[in-house]
Amino acid sequence: MSNPVTATNGAQFSGIATVADVGLQGMITLRGDLSSKPLAAAVKAATGTEVPAQGTILVVEGGAAAWMSPDELLLLVPYEQAVAKTAELTKALKGEHALAANVSDARSFFQITGDGAREVLAKISPVDLSPEAFVAGDFRRSRTAQVAAAFWLQDDGSFRVVCFRSVGAYMFGLLSTAAHPQSAVGVY
Amino acid sequence: MLILECPYCGVKAEETELAAGGEAHLKRFGPGSDDNDFHDYLFMRENPKGVHFERWRHANGCGKWFHAARCTTTLEVFGTYAAQTYEPPQEIKDKITAKRPGWSWREFSDASE
Repeated sequence: MSNPVTATNGAQFSGIATVADVGLQGMITLRGDLSSKPLAAAVKAATGTEVPAQGTILVVEGGAAAWMSPDELLLLVPYEQAVAKTAELTKALKGEHALAANVSDARSFFQITGDGAREVLAKISPVDLSPEAFVAGDFRRSRTAQVAAAFWLQDDGSFRVVCFRSVGAYMFGLLSTAAHPQSAVGVY
Repeated sequence: MLILECPYCGVKAEETELAAGGEAHLKRFGPGSDDNDFHDYLFMRENPKGVHFERWRHANGCGKWFHAARCTTTLEVFGTYAAQTYEPPQEIKDKITAKRPGWSWREFSDASE
C-alpha cells in the first residue's frame, strides 16, 4: 500500500493567526432523511453524536457530525476507521433512502488558531463572523475567495476549514496570505 | 448587493454565494407541443421593471434551488420560497401586494384587483 498524505502534507504558516494542515481526517458524506430514526441511530453509532441542528456541528472525542444541507451530513471519524464506518453506515441504513460515501481522500482540512483566526476567515468569506453572530458550534458552508469551503468554530476559539483536496494548495496559500503578519485589520 | 435568505438552510446568502437560474415558474412545452408554445417557452422571457420572480441556487452552500421574489428597480427582496411549487405562495403574494398594489407578472397578479 502507498502511504497516504494530504495535499499540503503538514504545511504550517504563522502570522496574525496560525494556519496549519490538520492532517488526514476521515470524512463521510451521509445523505438521507435527517429526521429518520435509523439514520439518527447510525450517526450515533458512527460518531457518537446526535444529528446536528441546522447550521451547526456536534463535536465529541474522536468524532463529529455537521449539518451540510437539509438532507446531508458530514461525519468526521478517525482516518483509519473511515472505510469500516462507511460500510457500517451502509449496512445500518439498508432499506432507507440514504447514501454514505467515504470522502476522506477527496478533502483538505485546515485549522486556524490564534487571536486573528476570526479575522483571517472574515477577510476571504462573505459570512458575518462577528463574535455575536458566529459562535462555537456554528457550521457554515460558503465560499472562501474563489473556492467552496465549509468551516466551523471550535470551543477553544479556533476554526476548522474543509475544502476539496483539488484546491487544498490554493486554500493553504489563501489562508496564509490572509494571515500575513502585517495584514491585521483589527475589526474583531 | 443582493442578499437572499436561503429557505432551506436559513442562511442570509450574499450574491456571490448564489448562482442565478433565470426566470421562475416557466411551463415547459416539450416534444409534441405547438411550435408557437415551444418558441415562447424557449425564448420569451419577462424583463419587468418592478416585481420579478427568479430561480436561484445556493451554489456555495447547501446546493439547493429556490425561488426569490424581488423588485428589479429597487433591488428590494419580497421573499424567498421553496422550489417545489408551480406558483408563488400566498404569503409572498400578500407581501408584494402590500408594497406594490396592482402588481402583475405573467399569470400572477395582485389578487385584490
